[in-house]
Amino acid sequence: MAQSNSPTRVVVVGGGLAGLASTMKLTELGAQVDLISLTPVKRSHSVCAQGGINSCNDATRQLGDDEWKHFDDTVYGGDFLNHQPPVKEMAYWAPKVIELMDRLGVPFNRTGEGFIDRRRFGGTLYKRTAFAGATTGQQLLYALDEQVRRQEAEGNVTKYEFWDFLGPIQDETGRCRGVVAQDMVSMKIKAFPADAVVVATGGCGLIYGRSTMSVFCTGSAASRCFQAGANYANAEFIQVHPTAIPGADKLRLMSESARGEGGRVWVPRTPHDPREPRAIPEADRYYFLEERYPEYGNLVPRDIATREIFDICVNEGLSVEEDRMCVYLDLTHISRAELDRKLGGILEIYEKFQGVDPRDEPMKIFPAVHYSMGGLWADYVKSADGGLEAGAPRNHMTTIEGLYAIGECDYHYHGANRLGANSLLSCIFTGLFTGSSIMNYSAAQSSGASDVPQSLLDSSVKAQQDRHDHLLNGNAGSDENPYLIHQELGDLMTRVATVVRRNDQLAEAIKKVDELHERAMKVSLADSGSWTNQNVIFAKALQDMFPLAKALLKGALQRDECRGAHYKPDFKKPSLTSEDPVERRRQAEAWCDEFEANNEKYLKSTVATWNASTNQPELTYEEVDTSSIPPRPRLYGLVGAEAIEEVWNERAAKKAAESQSGSGLVGAK
Amino acid sequence: MIALDPSTKKRPEFINVRVRRQDAPGKQPYWELHKIKYEPEMNVISVLQRIAAQATNRDGKKVTPVAWDCGCLEEVCGSCTMVINGRVRQSCSALVDRLLEDNSDEIVLEPMSKFPVVRDLVVDRERLFQGLKRVKAWVPVDSYFNMGPGERILRDDQERNYPLSQCMSCGCCVEACPQYNKIELTQKSDESDEAFEARKQEAYAEAFVGPHAISQAMLFNNHPTGKALAGERLDALSGPGGLAACGNAQNCVAVCPKEIPLTTSIARAGRATTLHAIKKWFDK
Repeated sequence: MAQSNSPTRVVVVGGGLAGLASTMKLTELGAQVDLISLTPVKRSHSVCAQGGINSCNDATRQLGDDEWKHFDDTVYGGDFLNHQPPVKEMAYWAPKVIELMDRLGVPFNRTGEGFIDRRRFGGTLYKRTAFAGATTGQQLLYALDEQVRRQEAEGNVTKYEFWDFLGPIQDETGRCRGVVAQDMVSMKIKAFPADAVVVATGGCGLIYGRSTMSVFCTGSAASRCFQAGANYANAEFIQVHPTAIPGADKLRLMSESARGEGGRVWVPRTPHDPREPRAIPEADRYYFLEERYPEYGNLVPRDIATREIFDICVNEGLSVEEDRMCVYLDLTHISRAELDRKLGGILEIYEKFQGVDPRDEPMKIFPAVHYSMGGLWADYVKSADGGLEAGAPRNHMTTIEGLYAIGECDYHYHGANRLGANSLLSCIFTGLFTGSSIMNYSAAQSSGASDVPQSLLDSSVKAQQDRHDHLLNGNAGSDENPYLIHQELGDLMTRVATVVRRNDQLAEAIKKVDELHERAMKVSLADSGSWTNQNVIFAKALQDMFPLAKALLKGALQRDECRGAHYKPDFKKPSLTSEDPVERRRQAEAWCDEFEANNEKYLKSTVATWNASTNQPELTYEEVDTSSIPPRPRLYGLVGAEAIEEVWNERAAKKAAESQSGSGLVGAK
Repeated sequence: MIALDPSTKKRPEFINVRVRRQDAPGKQPYWELHKIKYEPEMNVISVLQRIAAQATNRDGKKVTPVAWDCGCLEEVCGSCTMVINGRVRQSCSALVDRLLEDNSDEIVLEPMSKFPVVRDLVVDRERLFQGLKRVKAWVPVDSYFNMGPGERILRDDQERNYPLSQCMSCGCCVEACPQYNKIELTQKSDESDEAFEARKQEAYAEAFVGPHAISQAMLFNNHPTGKALAGERLDALSGPGGLAACGNAQNCVAVCPKEIPLTTSIARAGRATTLHAIKKWFDK
């Protein structure tokens, strides 16, 4: 530290993969870390990740793979809505991340010779994915948790578990000087002065009521930073997984392999047919994927399956159940032995949580919100080779100076859509990579954690104490119940802002969310106690869901196109129709012109700023850095894709020749 | 697991839920009855969510919502352990239909008995994690810089370690263990927070470390770099509150939701500590 001789003091908020990786790295670099988490860090949502973690590796290299291709797959998978320097840096770090996690004892599956085994995952052509059984996230999280415990035993980390982050402390220049947090047991509110603060609090799935996320993924921490002046970007991009088990309490993931192994998706032709599914004859069943997509049938790509299931329930009103949306995913025509052999593991999940054997009775499934691609806007410094400048203080800093955002709660790495098995990588990478940036930032400051004026700490605590007290006592006579408002918000968001988005519905929802927000601000709590009051913690989280929900809806309303997870049928680009080669070529040219014109307009990150006086987000747009890989159309499943690709490649080659830049991979693969 | 036969599903209109509540540490526990509307496919978490939303007891009297702990709701984070109808388990995978098969009258929810109650069904499980510190359950790498790959690990070793590494520190094993006894201290009026914390850690450090921690010690002793601390881990397991405290009741392995071979780990630890003691005697 410049000013005093005390060590750099950093507050890390969030104890999932990103927060733990950051804590571990910062302590190695000599920092003292206060780690604040809603839950014991070992129970963070990262434990839920099943699939694996990507990196190019010795085996794929010999097949022509390299870091550049991993980079390319990531930005292509993200529909080019990524600033490319951070993604490039991540892809080049990926092999090192796997090696470090291996050294830390993650029990990755092994080959016979003892090397790390790999498998293929969606969106890539190479076996890049390292995995530890079906619990890769759990294993990675535990390895980091163990290292942080080791640092804790050495006195470098103090954990504050069951503490709720209430907001950043900012001085008169706007710089972040620490955080205010609340002990969820004693309800005591306390200030934590710091040289720098890292927010690593994950996604905001609970805005949708239920999702595949854990109960603490409310987005409230990110929202509190947003309301304090940090910008929030690409909120409208939320990944929805086509098949989840709709439980009363949460939506649990059902692997896509169930469809891959022959599962058939259907609904009764009569809405809410009261008969048991197996008593419904074939003629009364609507195999809507097979009828609508005769070529692909149940194996339509993930995004199409998601949209069709949604459509059949929401627009056609053919949900299997009246008060809950779901369709049948039927495996009962396949023999038990075959199911046990191929799908045993995942069928047990259904059995365990539904109490129904999917070998006897069709599963009830529905798409579920799964991952937030958007998040807190974070800066970076580009290096000469198109990656990130290691150690640059601005890497991953939000618009609040000294406040950093990493992991799922920042907006880099996933663009408009998520590449499978990249999310664990982005969390660990950002945690490790930003360590030196944060240390360098802190070292350059003339005043640090020990110099924060007591008056600032006191006033910050008081502001939060006032909010808390008002929630407990301020709304006497109101009968607004936070749990019921949450249910309304979730139902609304699920209906209008998941899979298929229509401008009229979005505009209507914005009005409705405004009303709900006002109601949520005057909730009356059943518990006004001062010990482990989960009611008030939840009420605060609920209130803070609204700024993000508004940014999400407004961002979706203003984006009149289809990109990645954001799909508006009214602005869908049509397939080619002509069979005549000349006319088809002309159509392809026109398609490419339109594609370029659309990118001109919408290949931009949405950046939301919170306006506290109007209680509304204000949106601006940011150019996307596509300096390494020029955008190209994603053509999967489109009729006429070959013709479009041909035209596109010719154009790209011409452009490349003109600029003579020769910067690596240009055009389509 | 055997699935329910759909035809035998009980579909009552309401469910009675009896909850053992406690307002704060040291307060007298009391029972409270709740009545909620039955819905198909409920689990104990959704029962508690309904109780929180309705905020009244069975007699229609306004009561504070029941406090409980949960996270992923997929039986992998370890948060939602409680005693349900007398048996310790995760509440997310406790299905109402199945519970009503055993006892159609009511569902009984209690906090774990081996940890201090924070409020209602929430307990303080810090001692579980302190056990992991006692046995140094980590790999002592030199640094977190890029130093190339780790050692090759044979598939057999991975397959032996993987089940152990699935331990989610949920606490079921220690709840069922007759040798793991509750430690609940109260802060004295003249005692500082730090002094109280130190006194608590001291009490934890002498008591039985628990099957989960023994199993983690064996996990890291079987890792090529982790075994650098094998001697220290075995010393910890040879000391007070170590292996000698285990009464071999084998309850731990019976209740583990992840089916971790805890008693196998304990047996392996027993052999390793014996060999370690002999070696130390010869090295004198």
